[in-house]
Amino acid sequence: MLSRTAENLYWIGRYMERAETVARLMEVGSRISLLPSSQGYRSDWQSLLQAIGSYDAFAKKYGDPVQRNIESHLFFDRDNPSSICSCIYMARENARIVRTALTSQVWDAINSAFQEMRDLERTPRSELDLSRLTEWTMRHSAQLRGSIEGTQLRSDGYDFLNIGYFLERADSTARLLDVKYYVLLPRIDFVGSGLDNYQWMTLLRAMSSHRAFHWAYGGEITAEKIAHFLILNPNCPRSLLACASELLFHMDRLGRQYDRASSARTEARSVLARLVETSTDDIFEEGLHEFLTGFISQIASLSGRIHESYLSGDLT
Amino acid sequence: MTVYFNEMYNDGQVRVPYRQLEEWMNNMPAELRQMKQAQAEDLFRRIGITFAVYGEGGDPDRLIPFDMFPRVFTSAEWARLERGVKQRARALNAFLVDVYGRGEIIRAGRIPAKLVYQNAAFEKAVVGIKPSKGVYSHIVGVDLVRTGPDEFFVLEDNCRTPSGVSYMLENREIMMRMFPALFRENRIQPVDSYPDLLRRTLASVAPEKCQGEPTVVILTPGHFNSAYYEHSFLADLMGVELVEGPDLFVQGEFVYMRTTEGPKRVDVIYRRIDDAFIDPLCFRPDSMLGIPGLMDVYRSGGVSICSAPGAGVADDKAVYTFVPEMVRFYLGEEPILNNVPTWQCAKSDDLKYVLDHLAELVVKEVHGSGGYGMLVGPKSTAAQVAAFRERIIADPGNYIAQPTLALSTTPTFVEEGIAPRHVDLRPYCLVGERVELVPGGLTRVALTEGSLVVNSSQGGGVKDTWVLAE
Repeated sequence: MLSRTAENLYWIGRYMERAETVARLMEVGSRISLLPSSQGYRSDWQSLLQAIGSYDAFAKKYGDPVQRNIESHLFFDRDNPSSICSCIYMARENARIVRTALTSQVWDAINSAFQEMRDLERTPRSELDLSRLTEWTMRHSAQLRGSIEGTQLRSDGYDFLNIGYFLERADSTARLLDVKYYVLLPRIDFVGSGLDNYQWMTLLRAMSSHRAFHWAYGGEITAEKIAHFLILNPNCPRSLLACASELLFHMDRLGRQYDRASSARTEARSVLARLVETSTDDIFEEGLHEFLTGFISQIASLSGRIHESYLSGDLT
Repeated sequence: MTVYFNEMYNDGQVRVPYRQLEEWMNNMPAELRQMKQAQAEDLFRRIGITFAVYGEGGDPDRLIPFDMFPRVFTSAEWARLERGVKQRARALNAFLVDVYGRGEIIRAGRIPAKLVYQNAAFEKAVVGIKPSKGVYSHIVGVDLVRTGPDEFFVLEDNCRTPSGVSYMLENREIMMRMFPALFRENRIQPVDSYPDLLRRTLASVAPEKCQGEPTVVILTPGHFNSAYYEHSFLADLMGVELVEGPDLFVQGEFVYMRTTEGPKRVDVIYRRIDDAFIDPLCFRPDSMLGIPGLMDVYRSGGVSICSAPGAGVADDKAVYTFVPEMVRFYLGEEPILNNVPTWQCAKSDDLKYVLDHLAELVVKEVHGSGGYGMLVGPKSTAAQVAAFRERIIADPGNYIAQPTLALSTTPTFVEEGIAPRHVDLRPYCLVGERVELVPGGLTRVALTEGSLVVNSSQGGGVKDTWVLAE
């Protein structure tokens, strides 16, 4: 397969997963803003924007973080490269380039998301509430995911799509978790308070896994249980460990298909090994924020390796 | 008042190839027609056939209008067209091999040397190169118009990279999906072997250095190009990679593509990029679309480029006049298809005639395409004619003129129902080890009443083109 084709597939995965993450983030934000807090509604949104690194761009264009502007920024704004519209547009552009590597159902799923998105852009904003926008995004994301699973040939292209998805998902779970811990809860004495628990619940909801959490753990919500669920539990589809093992699974498949070793695969193996050997005690001892920061930079380095090993077209 | 030949009705009778369609047409109520039209449009948009018009901006995903009323040829009509088109494709290739070789046709005084050697499309960089199997132009698109039951004229040849073949294939696909009964009642020759024939043609001209199964790729300028859909469509149907310039690189005496498994050698490049852009070291140094060093590999026989660089000199509008001469000179045959009589404004006698009869002629730029920069005398106002006259006088060598042809019409679905509209035809002739032509082509239709301009950029549409079996 052409390296560029592999790269386009990889970015389809990344952009679609990113769109979904932003939708989840919008849900977290709106739920949290409904909660009475000492800091007030305004700074919560601000923290969220800071967490995804888009606060400066937002403040420059819109000024105060009013919810309507935040919705515009996160959903519609094509100037914001991480807005849902930008992500869907980019995913569709990448798909258009590699039409021949996708089944018609997969193309249809991406293309119809794009066409509907253009209708949404023309719809008066008064008719669009936040939950409609986030649900719309999740629905299309799921449709695409379903068509990939249901129809896409299990060749190397399928692996590159998935590598894009799981790399992005690993990164975003780590970031969402970090938002909660570091940005939303700046003072240590909030830990274990009612506010703390409410925020954890919101986070779980945003990951569509708050019921799953209760089934898996039961009892009180504690920071340790949640950290375990989102970092180390292999059954949670968004946990760092689940993402890391999916990444390795697909790189192992590539290794077998191409019959060669790659530095990307070696690195994916060590990311997974580190998670497997860790316990929640270790994580809290190191500091959750420090652990997550370390993980995020490992993921960044892994994406560099993937580029070198498969997407540049040079043999390594 | 010009009388136009109607391909369906002649002397108050329905012509043979259209007999079955009359009933179909009469049994189609307006609602059904609208429903089918909407369905066709939806299919086109879903599969993503859209085109962008250069320099017009606007919606990059515009649909080319599709008319559901097919255009039909009998097998006898087609047999003659086929012989004529193949003959022309052979002559054009013989001409190219000759002018980049010894130039016999020029020595024999059959074509002026200046017209060839000083032509902007004459590529000095390929003089002396004989491409694999002696083929320069592997896909020849011949633009034909009809003016009577047996009168066909060639408007122009396209020897570089004629586009539109994806419409030929998709129009058929959509018609078969929407009107399967029509295909049961009429015996229509299939066109879907085209991608296989194209792949075989390209593989047949692999360089001698290539051992085993040749690797063929399509080289596209990228997804912003208006014909990108066609590039990816053909790549998909042929099962070959669709590459962009940066995906290829030259090392030693070969060209390679970057793949996830490392470099892979490429033997045949079907390029959809102009000569000027394919190698910045040989042609335009500012080209970002090409592959540095490609021409060196080509010269040393490491790769085949289709069409071969330099092929453009054969479809130049001034050289066009001499194609019948080429047929006689190289093949020793009489041309089966006629040229349209053409006046060269560069010649003073011709220029005088053209300026005197401007209001009845069609005037074109020698290097223009897409229906731009042309004057259709009878359809223009006095002011437009006068303005064009100034342009011709300023640079006569840049213009040729032809009589306004009475283009045939075929029934076409329009707002008010069914009405005759003018059409042309582009069959795609494949030249490799063998010369092949699938029974069909692209029929373009001028959807505006009375218009003779069929270009999609100027309100033209497309139709499915049928050739009936015997």
